[in-house]
Amino acid sequence: MAKVGRIYRVVRVEGAGLVKRRILDLGLLPGLEIKVVRKAPLGDPIEIVAKGNPISIRKAEAEKIILEEVKG
Amino acid sequence: MARESRRVKIALAGIPNVGKSLIFNRLTGGRAWVGNWPGVTVEKKVGTLRVNGAEIEVVDLPGIYSLTAYSVDELIARNFIVEEKPDVVVCIVSAINLERSLYLALSLLELGANVVIDLNMVDLAEKEGYKIDYKKLEFLIGVPVVPTVATTGRGIGKLKETIVKAIHEKKVQARIVDYGRIVEEAISKIEEVIKDLAPELAEKYPARWIALKLLEGDSDIVGKVSKLPAGKEIIDKANQLREILGKKIGDPESYIVKQKYERVLEIVKAVVERVAVPRVSMTDLLDSVLTHKIVGIPLALSAIYLLFRFAFEVSVPLADLVDVAINSYLHDIVLGIHGLPDWLTSFLADGVIAGVGAVLIFLPIIAFFFLGFAILEDVGYMARVAFLVDKVFHKFNLPGKAVIPLIIGFGCNVPGVMAARAIEDENERKTTALIAPLASCNARLPVYLVIGGAVLGASAGFAVLSLYVLGIILALIVGLLLRKTLFKGASSGFIMELPPYMMPRFDNVAIKTWERTKRFLFKAGTVIFLGTVIVWLLSVTGPEGYLGPEALEDPQLLRESWAGILGQLLASTVFSLMGWDWRAAVALFFGFVAKEIVVSSMAILYGVGEEKIVDVIAERHVFTPLTAYAYMAFVLIYVPCIATLAMVRNELGLKYAILALIYEVLLAYIVSLSIISIGSVLGFR
Repeated sequence: MAKVGRIYRVVRVEGAGLVKRRILDLGLLPGLEIKVVRKAPLGDPIEIVAKGNPISIRKAEAEKIILEEVKG
Repeated sequence: MARESRRVKIALAGIPNVGKSLIFNRLTGGRAWVGNWPGVTVEKKVGTLRVNGAEIEVVDLPGIYSLTAYSVDELIARNFIVEEKPDVVVCIVSAINLERSLYLALSLLELGANVVIDLNMVDLAEKEGYKIDYKKLEFLIGVPVVPTVATTGRGIGKLKETIVKAIHEKKVQARIVDYGRIVEEAISKIEEVIKDLAPELAEKYPARWIALKLLEGDSDIVGKVSKLPAGKEIIDKANQLREILGKKIGDPESYIVKQKYERVLEIVKAVVERVAVPRVSMTDLLDSVLTHKIVGIPLALSAIYLLFRFAFEVSVPLADLVDVAINSYLHDIVLGIHGLPDWLTSFLADGVIAGVGAVLIFLPIIAFFFLGFAILEDVGYMARVAFLVDKVFHKFNLPGKAVIPLIIGFGCNVPGVMAARAIEDENERKTTALIAPLASCNARLPVYLVIGGAVLGASAGFAVLSLYVLGIILALIVGLLLRKTLFKGASSGFIMELPPYMMPRFDNVAIKTWERTKRFLFKAGTVIFLGTVIVWLLSVTGPEGYLGPEALEDPQLLRESWAGILGQLLASTVFSLMGWDWRAAVALFFGFVAKEIVVSSMAILYGVGEEKIVDVIAERHVFTPLTAYAYMAFVLIYVPCIATLAMVRNELGLKYAILALIYEVLLAYIVSLSIISIGSVLGFR
């Protein structure tokens, strides 16, 4: 599970239908670096930032994005 | 030229938060006809652009990121472009969100639309330290690009000129993206098959686009192609190619999106010039406080509380002024007219003028509430509120965004029901529209204040607050029940861009405030006005005919009126377990029309002016604290007003309006009765 404050790289997007396509259409594509910025106060959803633009996504959906950690 | 030539039509497209509604207003002068897209509850706005004596129809498409078959909004947009063939599609591109905006622009070009790019918010991009070479952008994508600042109107004249020019010079750039040799070969093969076997399809859609959609596995296009005589052959060919592609490049859909984005990135790299170091992101700084783990939710609650205080405090003097002007001044003028028959004087003074007053007294508080809300919304805060509460709403199978219709509903339920339109998933949208009336609107507040103030003493404030909370809890529970029965289906999720915080823009705030207030004034207002007149009529007539205006002053005479008879019937039958006075029961019956008239009907029924009603209820011991609270809960839950039901019918159809009516009345009855029975068991009186 991705941790707040860390930077990750998108490996691939799994799943199907609207959720998968919305992730892709927002440009969260393989190779892109994203940062997990914070969790909502109740723990879900989370906020990620890709290229300076914040996106809110539920954990269950974020799990469809397969990530690898970028060593800084 | 034929006299009946088709009206020139253009469409506006854009991703969310690009200032599309402001551009729409700049182009059309703000006058719009609002309706629904056929068969769905998605708002359709149509206006007229007047340039050089010509009239051009402007259709506002839903805010979308892409043109897939997965979301209703995206299907609406692409079907409109294909079926109605607008002369120009203006794609509003955000200079501060260039990549996602251009991705949509390229999708529109691929669909064969005659696109004009409106590069909006160029001022904000400059503030963030970069410039966009729009001439180069124009050259790279081959369609006109006009930089604008919708908030100030900069560039709008040029945009209008460019649109007019584009109507006569159609440009098609369907091949804007090169998908690489492997995919391009597959596209060409399918294109050939389509042109050979289904030339009628190739006339309507670009064959290249159909081929792409078949490779992506687009359900809508696969369905449409299958219905053709040669459909099976085309689909088989496409599936065969999909399989071969799959082995070489993985999932074709992901690959196609990635290629298109790479084209976007190429363009962005070529046209964006960094001119200054970006400032520290204000948005991130604000978010670290406003969505903070500990203070985030308390801050949101405070913001909503402040919204109420603001609306209340600012509107009190205005509401008092309206009250004096209408209920005293105008009322007395009518009473002073000599020579009118008795019944007409009473009809005008106690029916018509009281009706106008009932609507207008609420106008200031509702307008200021929506003003405050529009500011919070325009600043970008409401998206954060949805983010904060999403987990709670998710537990009830609703998206966090459903909180917005509920908050709007605190002002007036009519625009609240309508605000459900912003929710993408159809099941979630319908559910939200049906539960929005449980938000305690401004019209219920006076009822709480009068009865709470008269009976509950020091705990009145707490009781009122508890009703607002009760409304939200019931909305969530009913929402869950609806999502488990009538509107089943997976959650649409909560993938949402969080827009950057911005200073509120005057035009935007003014338009949003007016659009919502207008619905209260005209939609709810008409019904409330008619309702007040009916209350008057039922109070001054009875089985024995016309009783005269004295019935409004004399409680004994009032008992003989239709209203009195009905109230006694209600109090002794369905409400017998509640222990409510017959006058309170009549007020509930009239409150069916609208909550605005509950207090005024009570005043009539107890034979006093509205200013004395609290004292009368307290002195005569009309309620015990327990029956008073049950009464207030009933007022919260049962049908807010007929206008809200009419709005539900408008949005979801008659069937669901009847469902709303039944569930609200039943729920009100059950909750009130539970309060009384559980309360008595616990020893409350």
